[in-house]
Amino acid sequence: MSALYQCWLNLPLVLQMVIKGLAVIGFMFPFGGACSLIERKVSAWMQGRHGPNRAIPFWIAWVPIFGPLLQRLGVFHLMADGGKMFFKEDPIPGHVNKFYFILAPIVAMIPALTTVSVVPFGAYVDAAGQLVPLILADVDVGLLAVFAVSSLGVYALILAGWASNSKYPFLGGVRASAQLISYELSMTLSILPVFLWVNAPGGSGTLSLFAVVQAQSGPWHGWSGLWFIFTMPVAALIFLVSLFAETNRLPFDMAEGEADLVGGFHTEYGSLKWGLFFVAEYSHMLIGSGVFVLLFLGGWNPLPWLPLATFAGWLGLAGNPLVVGALSIVIFLSKVLFFVFLFMWVRWTVPRFRYDQVMKLGWQKLLPLAIGNLIVYALVIAWVQVKN
Amino acid sequence: MANLLFYFFASLALVSAVLVVVSKNPVNAALGLLLSLVGVAGLFVLLNAALLAFVLLLVYAGAVVALFLFIIMLLDTRPEQQKPFQRMTLIAATLGGALLVVGVLSLNQRAVLTVGGAPGTGPTLKHYAEQLFTTYLLPVQLVGFLLLIAMLGVIVLSKKSDQAEEGS
Amino acid sequence: MAYVVERKPLTLAERLYLPQIFAGLRITLKHLFAPNVTLQYPEERPVIPPGYRGVPTLVRDPQGREKCVSCQLCEFVCPPKAIRITPGAVPADQPDRLHIEKAPQAFEIDMLRCIYCGLCQEVCPEEAIFLQNQYSLSGYTRAEMVNDKARLYELGGTLPDQHYKWDKKKIAAEHGNTH
Repeated sequence: MSALYQCWLNLPLVLQMVIKGLAVIGFMFPFGGACSLIERKVSAWMQGRHGPNRAIPFWIAWVPIFGPLLQRLGVFHLMADGGKMFFKEDPIPGHVNKFYFILAPIVAMIPALTTVSVVPFGAYVDAAGQLVPLILADVDVGLLAVFAVSSLGVYALILAGWASNSKYPFLGGVRASAQLISYELSMTLSILPVFLWVNAPGGSGTLSLFAVVQAQSGPWHGWSGLWFIFTMPVAALIFLVSLFAETNRLPFDMAEGEADLVGGFHTEYGSLKWGLFFVAEYSHMLIGSGVFVLLFLGGWNPLPWLPLATFAGWLGLAGNPLVVGALSIVIFLSKVLFFVFLFMWVRWTVPRFRYDQVMKLGWQKLLPLAIGNLIVYALVIAWVQVKN
Repeated sequence: MANLLFYFFASLALVSAVLVVVSKNPVNAALGLLLSLVGVAGLFVLLNAALLAFVLLLVYAGAVVALFLFIIMLLDTRPEQQKPFQRMTLIAATLGGALLVVGVLSLNQRAVLTVGGAPGTGPTLKHYAEQLFTTYLLPVQLVGFLLLIAMLGVIVLSKKSDQAEEGS
Repeated sequence: MAYVVERKPLTLAERLYLPQIFAGLRITLKHLFAPNVTLQYPEERPVIPPGYRGVPTLVRDPQGREKCVSCQLCEFVCPPKAIRITPGAVPADQPDRLHIEKAPQAFEIDMLRCIYCGLCQEVCPEEAIFLQNQYSLSGYTRAEMVNDKARLYELGGTLPDQHYKWDKKKIAAEHGNTH
């Protein structure tokens, strides 16, 4: 194992980066597809339907119990959809601005694939007993990087809407840009208390997501592993609502509201370009859920008040970094998957807001709430610091 | 490697900055500005100033240019018609260019420029915070007030008073 | 008469909207685990209720004889004019039906026009045409979608008959039509 690791370190830096990048692409695309399948299945079950359950390659149909089960779960529809997306005709309408029209889905992929690299998705205990994060690029300003790069995602919607040169995509693009910018404010403000909490005076000062998880696993007033959702429920709520708005998910999917805008910004798109938009949307959902889990739900700690290290100790895995790492990834991903499910659950429960309601909620409700929340927590944290 | 990246980001920033000025389609200009900002952010990252880079991206690329585009699209501006130079424009451009040249020259002559730091020793969040809240507290506050005044000014200017509405 | 509905002011819980969302989430979660109601169509077939108006068909009486007497009432009543009947004499090879005046030589129902209204069934004095359980009809050409007489009898089959009208008429005729 360590020989393999040495081999990895000996690779040229460029090659390492290329491999990491390919790994991200190789993970994000199937995962985005899987999310679309989950979406179809969850929506079907919530509506009393079966959902996709027909496609099956004949050689798997011969496998007795396993084959029909996979068919019932619709797993092969995923591949059929993917294949269809790649091979169907890719029309470019005559009235569009061709350059930007083709550029938009590519721009959509940039934040979707870039932000993964600064989100830690697991941790293991190394030989020295230190918790080491599993992350592609461990930067000090982790969360800011996520916000900065994902804020570029709005350009995909604006460009798509504008380049399509037709009224519904245009309206979708305009709505998307206004909405994303509005909710970015309350989103950023809502997580400031978390970092005030993490960066107690005397600390090194960091915006790294790993440090936030560490703060949630470490001791605090006799409690070990207190998740921030218990200490800052309002911040978590504001962040979650803004997350829904930022990822353009119902009840905030103004940019593509089918009822009033046909398909919104992607009305004129088809085939692979349309698919890229959707992979991007699902990646945003995944990253957003991941950030929420890291900030408020203890990251890879299995349960509140039960840090990963303790848990691994109970299972007798303390000296086994590989297994602990895998365990942490499984815990983290299952939390993220729950959030992906929550996104869909809410989508099939809550009706779409009207556009003025979205704006009112963002500017008149969430923003003052976030500012008030910040002030209250700043005072409380200062008081706690003074008392200690 | 780092040199190559420097040339890449620097040329990206410069070429797209030129694009901002010369392109006739306002959307192209706004996107050129975006690209230029991305290039500058890349340069900041190369200087180990990741925080600065991401703040630049978050504020300017993520919000300000998006608002520019938003306004451009809302106003539905046609590509700018070629206007003959006015004398005022010429004077302003000459003055601005001269100031820039003087600035660059004086920097070159007087200032002591240390290039980069050792890898991995860029200023951390804490350094920025300490500087902003101690040494540069007054300028930060002043800039904040300036922005606030500008904002209030926009609100006052764009909102017609009741009397004006009655009169019209 | 128009009247104003008093709208109650929203309570705090309603204005917060979150309790409403949680109630909704509870309902959708319940449905997530509830059994599905979808019929897996080609494998599972729906139960056809009695009185269903499916494809119109011609039926025979229990003795296997053609009931239609080619009166053309159904042709006249058919709103989309889907029925076309060519009346003819009763074929000579059916000696027990010779007292009947006419029989359809050709009987066509154009299923591309039929609107399944059931007026033909209502109007038929001989109870010879019935809209039965057949609900799925498809074909590759327009011609295939026109049911001719043979096909109509094939689809219709034999239905039980309470009256045996023609038997009674025959017996009456044999007794000199005295009532």
